[in-house]
Amino acid sequence: MTLDELRELAETEREKQTQVKHEIHVCTAAACLSQRSDQVKASLEAEIKAHGKEDCCKVKGVGCMGLCAAGPLVSDESNGRLYQNVRPADENTDTKEIVASLESEPVERLSLSPELPFFKEQKKIVLENSGKIDPERIEDYICAGGYEALLTALTEMRPLEVIEQITKSGLRGRGGAGYPTGLKWSTVAKASPHNGAKYVICNGDEGDPGAFMDRSVLESDPQRVLEGMAIAAYAVGANRGFIYVRAEYPLAIKRLKIAIKQAETMGLLGANIADTTFSFKIELRLGAGAFVCGEETALIASVEGKRGNPRPRPPYPAQEGLWNAPTLINNVETFANVAPIIRNGGAWYAAIGTEKSKGTKVFALAGRVANTGLIEIPMGMPLRHVIYQLGGGIPDNRRFKAAQTGGPSGGCIPEEYLDMPVDYESLASVGSIMGSGGLIVMDETSCMPDVAKYFMDFCCTESCGKCIPCRVGTVHMHNLLSRITAGEATPEDLALLERLCDVVRNTSLCGLGQSAPNPVATTLKYFRKEYIDHIHHKRCTAGVCEGLARPGKDDKPKGKPAEVTA
Amino acid sequence: MTKARVATVWMDGCSGCHMSFLDMDERLLDLADRMDLVYSPLVDLKEFPLEVDVAIIEGSVSSEEDLEKLYHVRSRTKVLVSLGDCAVTANVPSMRNPFDLDCVLRRGYEENADVNRQVPVENVPRLLPRARPLHEFVKVDVFVPGCPPSADLIHFVVSELLEGRTPELAGQCRFGA
Amino acid sequence: MKPNTAQITTLKIDGHDCGARSDETILDVAQENNIFIPTLCHIDGLQDIGACRLCLVEIKGSNKLLPACVTRVQEGMEVTTNSPRLQHYRKAILEMLFSERNHICSVCVSNGHCELQWLAEQLGLTHISVPYLHPKLEVDASNRRFVADHNRCILCTRCVRVCDEIEGAHTWDLYGRGVDTRVVSDLKQPWGESESCTGCGKCVHVCPTGALVEKGRSAGEMTKRGQFLPYLTLMREERQ
Repeated sequence: MTLDELRELAETEREKQTQVKHEIHVCTAAACLSQRSDQVKASLEAEIKAHGKEDCCKVKGVGCMGLCAAGPLVSDESNGRLYQNVRPADENTDTKEIVASLESEPVERLSLSPELPFFKEQKKIVLENSGKIDPERIEDYICAGGYEALLTALTEMRPLEVIEQITKSGLRGRGGAGYPTGLKWSTVAKASPHNGAKYVICNGDEGDPGAFMDRSVLESDPQRVLEGMAIAAYAVGANRGFIYVRAEYPLAIKRLKIAIKQAETMGLLGANIADTTFSFKIELRLGAGAFVCGEETALIASVEGKRGNPRPRPPYPAQEGLWNAPTLINNVETFANVAPIIRNGGAWYAAIGTEKSKGTKVFALAGRVANTGLIEIPMGMPLRHVIYQLGGGIPDNRRFKAAQTGGPSGGCIPEEYLDMPVDYESLASVGSIMGSGGLIVMDETSCMPDVAKYFMDFCCTESCGKCIPCRVGTVHMHNLLSRITAGEATPEDLALLERLCDVVRNTSLCGLGQSAPNPVATTLKYFRKEYIDHIHHKRCTAGVCEGLARPGKDDKPKGKPAEVTA
Repeated sequence: MTKARVATVWMDGCSGCHMSFLDMDERLLDLADRMDLVYSPLVDLKEFPLEVDVAIIEGSVSSEEDLEKLYHVRSRTKVLVSLGDCAVTANVPSMRNPFDLDCVLRRGYEENADVNRQVPVENVPRLLPRARPLHEFVKVDVFVPGCPPSADLIHFVVSELLEGRTPELAGQCRFGA
Repeated sequence: MKPNTAQITTLKIDGHDCGARSDETILDVAQENNIFIPTLCHIDGLQDIGACRLCLVEIKGSNKLLPACVTRVQEGMEVTTNSPRLQHYRKAILEMLFSERNHICSVCVSNGHCELQWLAEQLGLTHISVPYLHPKLEVDASNRRFVADHNRCILCTRCVRVCDEIEGAHTWDLYGRGVDTRVVSDLKQPWGESESCTGCGKCVHVCPTGALVEKGRSAGEMTKRGQFLPYLTLMREERQ
C-alpha cells in the first residue's frame, strides 16, 4: 500500500463514519470486560435493533477509556455523553434508557461528566486512540491517521533522519530506566549486523503489581505499537521483530494477533512495505509469568527459547542481543510514542514536559484514591495534582501517607514531596524511579514496614536465582521484615537490614536485584519512626500488623519480647 | 600483676575443642602463670563466677539450658570467645535443623533405642527448635572457627587476649579444619 | 588455534601497568600478572556467566562494580581489585552462600578440598553474620558412582556448563526460581535414571564444593581434578 492509497482509505473510512449519527462506544478492554461490558455492548445493539435505529446508530467496541473504577463505560461520540457503571440488559434497564434517550436528555443517574479533571487534565499521545477506535479493525486506526508516519518515513525520510527526529523529541525509555531512545536507536543503527541480522523487540512483559499501562495500550490500540516497531526497524536496519507479551494477557495477545494479520494483509507489514525495499515481519512470543523476563537480557534469553536468566551487561543488547545480533529493545509505551513523533516532528514532542523529561507518561493509578484507572499526563505535573485533581483525592477523608512509583523496583514517596514534579530526575532524587508507570497511593491505613515486606516477598519469589546477592539477600531481607512486622525484631536486625540493602543493591547482577532494596530503603528513610515503633515499642500505628499494639486502641503492647539483648 | 580470670564453657559440642585446648600441653603451664582458670568443665566449680575476663565457649546453643547459660556467662564476662565450629556456625548440632524437632527426638529416643523407648520429659533440658550459633543470641567478641581449632591457634588466641590484644585471625583459620 | 587479530591494550590493575589483548577479560589479565581476584562460578575452560559476583572489581570513572570474569579490558582502564569496599562485599556474598544451605564443613567429604571453604579462609571470614536458613534438601545417591548432595550446592552451574559445553550431553540444568532454584538432571529425574548422562564424571570434578562427589568417599577424602578442562579443549582444537 502506498501513502496515497492509505490516505484514500482513511478518507473513505471517515466518510463512512460521518454517516452514522450516533456512534456509541463501549469499552471492551480487560477491566470493563470483567464487568461484562461485552454483554452491555450486545444489549445496546439489541436495543437499537428493537428501535429500528440501525441506520443512524452504531455500537463500537473500543479500548480503554481510562476510568476503570467506574466501568463499564459507554460514550456517545456525537454529543459527548459519558455513562458509567452501565449494566447489561439482564440486570436492569441501563441500556434501554441510554438508547431511548439518544435524542433527549441524558440518563441522569448514569452520567459522568467528561469535564472532570480526570479527563480534562490529561494529555493524550500514547492513548490518543484508546477508547475511540475499534482495536480489532485496522481501518479505524488508519482513519485516525495510522500508518501515515510509517509510510512517510519509508518514502520520504532516510533512516538517519528518522533517528534524528526521535533524538530531537527527547523521548526516553518508558520501561523504567529512562535511557534516551534516540541514542539507543543510533547505537543499533551503527552496529554491524551479525550474520546479516538485526532485530527489534517490543517488551510487553509488564510485571509490576498494580501496573497495566502496556496491557491497556496493546488491548486498545495494538496497531500503534506495530507501526512504532516498523519505523524503528527501518531506522536501525532490522527486518525481523518480536513482541514479548506475558501469557497472562490473553486479550492483548488476541488483539495483537488480529492486528498483525490485518497489517500484513494490507501490506503494511511483511515484504516490500509500500513498494520499497524495506521488509519487516513481526512475531509474538509469550512469556510464562516470570517478572525477571522484563529485564532485557533475560527477555532475550527467553525469546531464544532458553531459561529467562539475565546476563551481565556490557555487551548491551544494542551490540550483542538476540542470537548475538544487534537488537533494539524498547517498551510498549516507547514504541507507542514513535508514530506521533514522526507525524508531528521531534520538536513538537520536545515542547511537552520538562527540561530533561519530555512528552507524556501513562500511569496506572491505583490504591487509596477515588479515581483508579489509566491516565496520561505531561511530564512534570506535580504529584499532588495527579493524586488530588485527576485521582480525585483519598476516599473517606483519610490522610495521605505515601505514593509508590515504579513497583517493586521503586520507592515510597512521603507527603513532604507531594509538590514534586513527576519526571525521571525528581523521582530518582527522592530514591524512587519512574518505572513503567505504576502509581499506588497509600493512606494512613498502610503500614510501611508491611508494604516493604510485600514488595520484598515479590522480589524473593521473582528472583531468577542466578546471582547470590539477589537470590539469598532478598530472602534474608524478607525474613528480617517479617520479624519486624511480627514484633520480634531487635535493633541489630534493623542494622543488618540496612547493610543488606547496600550489598544487594551494589552487587546484584541485573536490575531486579539492584533495585529490589528500593522499597525498603525509601520506607526506612522516610518512615523510620514506624520501624522504630515496631521494633522498640511493639506497636503498629496503622493497625495492620497482627499481634502488635495499636496506639489509642490498646494500652499495652502485645508481641513477643526481643530475643537478642547483647 | 593480677592474673586474668579465664573460663571455658561446654555447651552442645563434642568436647573436641576442649581436647584441643588441653593439647596445648606444656604451654598450659606458661599460660597458668598469667591466668586463672576460674570455671571450666575441666575443673570442679558449680557456679559461673563474677567478673570473668575471658570466657571461651565451645558448642552451639541447642537447648533452653544452653541459652540461659549463655546469657548468664555473657552478663559476667568481658571478652566472649566462640571456640570451634559448633559455637561459630552451629556445625554438627545444626544438622537436625532442617527436621522437625519431634522427628529428631523420636529418631533419637525411640527408633534408635534398644531399651526404654520413650522421649524423656524430666531431668533433660528442653531442646530449642533449632541449634544456633552463639552470636545469633549475644554479642561475641572473638570467633575461632575450626573443628576443632588447633592447639596452636588456641594458644595464639589466648596469648593475644592475655596481652590485651584482639587476635587477628583472618586467613589463619577455616571452617571444618 | 584461533587467529589472533586482537589489538594490544594497556591498562592498570592495582597500580601495575599491564599489557593485554583487547579480547581478554580483566580476570585473564589479572591472572597473567599474578593478581588474585576471588572467583567461584568461573573455571578455566568454560564460558563465564558473571553469577557469583565475587570477582567484582572497581573501575575508575564508574560507580558500578563490574565482574572481572566477563568484563573485557579497555585501553587506559584503571582497575582496583581489592579495596576495603570490595572486601566487604565479597565477605557479605560468601556469608550469604554459607547461610543459604547446609554447609557443614567438618563432616563434608570435600573438607579441605573445597573452593568455598578455601575462599572463606582467604578472605578472612570467621563467622556468618546473617541467620542460617537451614533448608531441607535432598541427597540424590541414585547414580551408581556419584552422589549429588544439594545441601552443598552453591548453584555456580559449572556442572551444567561442562555437561553442555564440553560433554555435549546437557544432562544438568536449573529448575525453579530464586532461593528454590535446584540443579536437576534431565527433567528432574533421579540422576541414576537419567538417560542422557554418559557417566563421564566431568561435572563431579569441576564442582567446587561437596555437592557432586564420588561415592564411597569419607569426610575430607574427595579431591577434585578440575584442571583438565583447558587441556581437553586444547587437544580437541589441535585434532581438528
